[in-house]
Amino acid sequence: MQMQQNMPTSTPSKRRVLGPCSHILAAAHTGSWRLERPSVDESLCIRCGTCARYCPTACITVSREGSPLSFDWTYCKGCGICANECPKKALKMIPEGSDD
Amino acid sequence: MLTYKVQPKGAVSPGISTCQGCMIDVIFRNVLEIMGDDTVLVVPPGCAAQFSGTGPEASVTVPGIQGNLENSAAIASGIANGFKHQGNDHTKVVAIAGDGGTVDIGLQSLSGAMERNENILYICYDNEAYMNTGIQGSSSTPLAASTTTTPAGKKVYNKDLIQIVMAHHVPYAATASIANIPDLRKKVQKARDIVGCRVLHIMSPCPTGWGYPSGKTVEVAREAINCGAWVLLEYENGKVTLGREPSELGKAEKYFSMQKRFKGASEEEIAAAGRHFAERYEYLKKLSAI
Repeated sequence: MQMQQNMPTSTPSKRRVLGPCSHILAAAHTGSWRLERPSVDESLCIRCGTCARYCPTACITVSREGSPLSFDWTYCKGCGICANECPKKALKMIPEGSDD
Repeated sequence: MLTYKVQPKGAVSPGISTCQGCMIDVIFRNVLEIMGDDTVLVVPPGCAAQFSGTGPEASVTVPGIQGNLENSAAIASGIANGFKHQGNDHTKVVAIAGDGGTVDIGLQSLSGAMERNENILYICYDNEAYMNTGIQGSSSTPLAASTTTTPAGKKVYNKDLIQIVMAHHVPYAATASIANIPDLRKKVQKARDIVGCRVLHIMSPCPTGWGYPSGKTVEVAREAINCGAWVLLEYENGKVTLGREPSELGKAEKYFSMQKRFKGASEEEIAAAGRHFAERYEYLKKLSAI
């Protein structure tokens, strides 16, 4: 494989980019944007998967057994689409940092 | 080779700096999942450019290139022709561009690619303005919508991209909406298996530019289908097939009242927009009956 030329940017001390090619799959910590988080009422949830289908960050996992929904809090942006789309209104948005 | 710092979800990195409530991630994830790993992605600048990565960091697991606004269809055509001359008939070329890069700036290259019937899949996600650069009006911006370049509301109707595409006699073209993901997946699947220039026009409401709470993205997109502002249709081998009939065709009040960009719209403008939606739908219905 041909090696990319190592080209420093205008602030070489802070960051060095390797040519014009991206070669690392990385992610932004989008969970830090969250002001509200979804909270599930487990008695209402019918495990239909609508929230997981419409979640922009795909951070909802629906399981058949046990607790119906699990969230990936590293990436959940707290947009509220899951709570708005839930056909049974089992999800509601609560302020980040509150208990229930 | 790609170094995995995080586990991707489908073919897309889990954390992408698109706005809260933006459904473009869903479009990319579903499209790339259906197209498979043997795909080359072309994205122009715009909100989609976040999927081409920044510096050494990539956001998708498939190879891709970020081109210019005006030539994403031309770049995709070049890649597709390169594969053809190498004897590679399995790698798919997908271009995903916004409405500015499709309806305004990239229209000539798309028109050329459609005329030559290049073997590409061109997807336009339509958020009805140049959202990434600060909500400037595009020719996809609808009547009465306020943007930073049309602060008093746009005075003219938007371009009808799907009819421009249909006028090029492409083998497959369709409109889809993020309010109906199964329908979107079905159309992408259909487009994948067709050889020639396929065009998909996908509505993707923008919470930042349209002015509604981020949780209501899918609701707004669904309301657009209900009032006829967005018509789901398929164009295949010269035959138009419409989706389900809108339940409140021509009644634009609810759709307009959901969004702050229509705050300055007068009663006449709302009525005119509703009439326009109904007339356009009736026209497409007649087209589908031929």
